[in-house]
Amino acid sequence: MQKLEDVIKPYDQNFTTMVPTPFVKFFRTCVIWQFIRFVHINIKMIIVVMKSH
Amino acid sequence: MARLVIMGGGVSGHTAATFARKWLGKEHEVVVVTPNSNWNWIPSNIWVGVGQMTKEDVVFPLAPVYEKAGIEFKQAKAVSIHPDGNADSDTSYITIESTSADTAGQTEEITYDYLINATGPKLNFGATPGLGEGTNLGEHTVSVCTADHAVHANEELRKVFDKAKAGERQKILIGTGHGMCTCQGAAFEYIFNIDHEAKKAGVRDMVDIKWISNESFLGDFGIGGLHMNRGGYAASSRLFAESLYSERQIPWIIGAHVSKVEAGKVHYELLDGSTGEEEFDFSMLIPPFAGVGLTAVAKDGSDMTDTIFAPNGFMKVDANYAAGDYANWKASDWPETYQNPTYSNMFACGIAFAPPHPISKPMSSPAGTPIFPTPPRTGMPSGIIGKAVAHSICDMIKNPDAKPHKASMASMGAACVASAGKGLTDGTAAALTVYPVVPDFEKYPGLGRDLNYTFGEIGLAGHWIKHILHHLFIYKAKLKPGWTLIPE
Repeated sequence: MQKLEDVIKPYDQNFTTMVPTPFVKFFRTCVIWQFIRFVHINIKMIIVVMKSH
Repeated sequence: MARLVIMGGGVSGHTAATFARKWLGKEHEVVVVTPNSNWNWIPSNIWVGVGQMTKEDVVFPLAPVYEKAGIEFKQAKAVSIHPDGNADSDTSYITIESTSADTAGQTEEITYDYLINATGPKLNFGATPGLGEGTNLGEHTVSVCTADHAVHANEELRKVFDKAKAGERQKILIGTGHGMCTCQGAAFEYIFNIDHEAKKAGVRDMVDIKWISNESFLGDFGIGGLHMNRGGYAASSRLFAESLYSERQIPWIIGAHVSKVEAGKVHYELLDGSTGEEEFDFSMLIPPFAGVGLTAVAKDGSDMTDTIFAPNGFMKVDANYAAGDYANWKASDWPETYQNPTYSNMFACGIAFAPPHPISKPMSSPAGTPIFPTPPRTGMPSGIIGKAVAHSICDMIKNPDAKPHKASMASMGAACVASAGKGLTDGTAAALTVYPVVPDFEKYPGLGRDLNYTFGEIGLAGHWIKHILHHLFIYKAKLKPGWTLIPE
């Protein structure tokens, strides 16, 4: 598992940005959680599509 | 009987043609003129470019689809428009030049009652020395703009991976190849798919991947960035873009105009006036876009291209081209009907219409080099505009007094899914919606967009959506049963 110190170095180009913690990264590819997000994102997209036609 | 001629068979032109055919009776003709024999689902080209799809997965032949639908198909490129006819006739017509293998180079005149310009962009590789000649890709870099380009890109990428496996450190540079490019999203997808594939190939630690683009901040994407409601904050897309680049260990060069490309090296100028060089073993740089070079000819044979087209070659429509400086820009500058102001039977849709101005704030280096993204008109807006234009023309054919339909990018949203790696259980993509596409700072002061309908997140769900959309839109484009139920 990639650690935060692998991607951020003090005063490097990316020192002032946010980086995901291992917790966040785990849920990005957690199939059960992502299935819930799949439903949620689809609903939000369908609303935007309907508003745009 | 009326004849509708559509120049271009991409997302916008194909959408316009197929809906016009559906809405018009058989007594009317629908003709599509496009230089390509295949239809290409361009958003999936990035997967061809990393070897995760084949060319055959992203294209299909247009001729049988049009034959079945009752659309006349001309494999040719449009050359000139004669809106008032010629000395012998008042009938409007276009001239085309065949690109079909058996009749290549032969010219023909096609008369029309209504004309849609959906020719898309000219890939202007020649704008940057070394990037290519005219519309032809050069020898130093690769492209994913067409399916064939993407096949070539993957072949070159695999050579780089092979060298990395052999212990030879490799440099990869991805981004935009000129100060006035659009389509940063395609380069964004490609760089993260390369990162994903390099990890799968076990060579990521031997490959240095770097981003270079004309955006003044990461996450601009040619739409001036966006804000989304996350954790109780209206958070800028810059935060999320920088976060992703950091997480994937991809450094970036932004505000860059690539001024020259050589073998293994690009030269660039930055917004602060400094210049630099970047070496590479493999590079994919998006070219700037221009109009395809159509000319317009008056009845007496004189050139009237300036009347119909903007200087960049895109067709003038009902936009406000006199908005001037950024401070004067309004959402209402953007076109609603896409009708040419000189000829009411002529429309443009997709990339082919001339936008009134960029969406991102124009910037330039101290030397005066313009460095900012030009506005995207692809994907969902392109399809919606094509459909609206077809609707307008069908109504006008049935009732000459009918009012054209409206589909302003300043009042429509867009859903966008940007792949960051392909895989059923380990793929990710950024799923985004923006509403509206063009920020309206009068209606939504400060952010320009409605936070309730502008959101984004990255994850496996986004990848599933992108993969499903790939099959869904190809199904729709093939006019399979129920195709009209699938929205643009």
